[in-house]
Amino acid sequence: MKWFRTLPNNLWAFARDYKLAAVGGALVLLFVGVAALAPQLAPYDPDTVSLRESLARPSPRHWLGQDNQGRDLLSRIIFGARMSLYISVSSIGMGALFGVALGMLAAYYRRLDMAIMRLMDVVLAFPGIIVALTTIAILGRSITNVIIAIGIYHIPQFARLAHGLTLTIKETVFVEGARASGESDAAILTRYILPNCLAPIIVQTSLLIPGAIMTAATLSFLGLGVPPPTAEWGSMLQNSLQWAQLAPHVMIVPGLALMLAVFGFNVLGDGLRDAMDPRLKKR
Amino acid sequence: MTRYIFKRFLISVPILLLVVTLVFLAFQLIPGDPARMYVGVDASQEAVEKVRHDLGLDQPVLTQYVNYMSRLAVGDLGKSIYTRRPVVQELAPRFWSTVELSLAAIVFATVIGVLLGTLATVKHGTGWDHLLTVLSLFGISMPVFWLGLLLTYVFSVQWHLLPSAGNETWRHFLMPTFCLSAFSLAFITRMTRSSLLEVMAQDYVRTALAKGVREAIVVGWHALRNAMLPVLTVVGLRFGYMLGGAVVTEEVFAWPGLGRLLVTAVGQRDIPLVQGALLLFGISFVLVNLVVDLLYGVLNPRIRHR
Repeated sequence: MKWFRTLPNNLWAFARDYKLAAVGGALVLLFVGVAALAPQLAPYDPDTVSLRESLARPSPRHWLGQDNQGRDLLSRIIFGARMSLYISVSSIGMGALFGVALGMLAAYYRRLDMAIMRLMDVVLAFPGIIVALTTIAILGRSITNVIIAIGIYHIPQFARLAHGLTLTIKETVFVEGARASGESDAAILTRYILPNCLAPIIVQTSLLIPGAIMTAATLSFLGLGVPPPTAEWGSMLQNSLQWAQLAPHVMIVPGLALMLAVFGFNVLGDGLRDAMDPRLKKR
Repeated sequence: MTRYIFKRFLISVPILLLVVTLVFLAFQLIPGDPARMYVGVDASQEAVEKVRHDLGLDQPVLTQYVNYMSRLAVGDLGKSIYTRRPVVQELAPRFWSTVELSLAAIVFATVIGVLLGTLATVKHGTGWDHLLTVLSLFGISMPVFWLGLLLTYVFSVQWHLLPSAGNETWRHFLMPTFCLSAFSLAFITRMTRSSLLEVMAQDYVRTALAKGVREAIVVGWHALRNAMLPVLTVVGLRFGYMLGGAVVTEEVFAWPGLGRLLVTAVGQRDIPLVQGALLLFGISFVLVNLVVDLLYGVLNPRIRHR
């Protein structure tokens, strides 16, 4: 466990060299922490309506104010973070699962290559939001369908990555050795090739999270994502449209939360990429 | 060059066919009865059966596919379930306003983005550079709809300077154009900066500087020309995505474009209209990519001779 003991030092060195990325890391930690502990952290129930306090400004009792139905905005933001994390991680997970499987199969069995990879190209020919909208048009509106809608768009991205990696790895000597010693195709794919693809796939996963968060919020903003009254940043913004003139805080708060979360992931990803690419170091 | 263009055209044909086929197949997956959806829930069973027969939905999938393709070949995309007008008539004017907005946005993003990117390179390592880096990171992370709402709140609600909806005059263009271009602007700035920094490290640039050519000329003429190639690809891709990504901007500013039509159609589950809009997005994206590849060949002789 040597890496474990040097971890604090390494983290510190990273934060010193990449200050912006460290800020991003802190934002991501905050986001994940809030999402994980939402029921403990939220001061109120996010769905409790209190019409007498409709659109109340921020106050000592309600730090971020209340929305048009008098629901506590801070609590809704906190539960919104949970929803955001849940949707983005599940959809990227789904994309990774199917994408990696398809990409590896396409690269390993050359007969499948054309069919699978051209299909992936076509899906990538559409902007992500369009693919997601189409999926919602076909399946209808629900949280699960939002996850599927965003997941589908990420399948080709993982497929391409896994495809490229598998093409290289399957030519290596140790795979040849495995084949010579009579290992089955399934064993070669899962026990020899997959573990060697894992690192770049994990990096890819973290780079795609902010996009998934944004797409989920966009779908809800368009009224085609997470159905109300569930607390979700995009649908909170959608709901704020009618009230923004009277009470701008109902519009500013969810947008800010969304932007900071996405910003955190982007900046952290940016810094990590620079730190891992020796060519970009010390520039 | 002619061979390169020809080859590139040939590659686009199967991709277009796949796009069309995929759009057809995707809508075979819809749960429920499309004929029922077409006539409405309270229609009689006979009416449903009649529509099913008229639309050819009672035929095998393969026959439906052949019919769909042959109707497509003559530009027939069916009728909207909601307005009962031909889909093509619904799409055409909407598509044009989306193209207008996207063109304005991509030109703005490219011109300003390249300028800012060059500025960041020239001022490399100074406060300007850091400021631009942070700003562009913000630009990439900005939710388009939130930016739109903030702009509307400040410029329309508070200051009454700009109209918040519609597309009649040039003043209607300002906010949507900025909104739609924000992400690309930030992206192009970053791309120009990194690409230009790479070129500036090359020997011929050092030679030019060493023999006493003014820095402005070296950067603006020698270096920028070579740095533009990767930027151009990004511009092309971004333009393709803008045509689709305009969905959100159009929704915020009530812009009568294709994206807004798509959102409404999805909400109403107006399948022929969704299908038509989707086809249009897919086809224009493939065509934009084709044009970008061709331009790339014109600008970079190394590619077209491969």
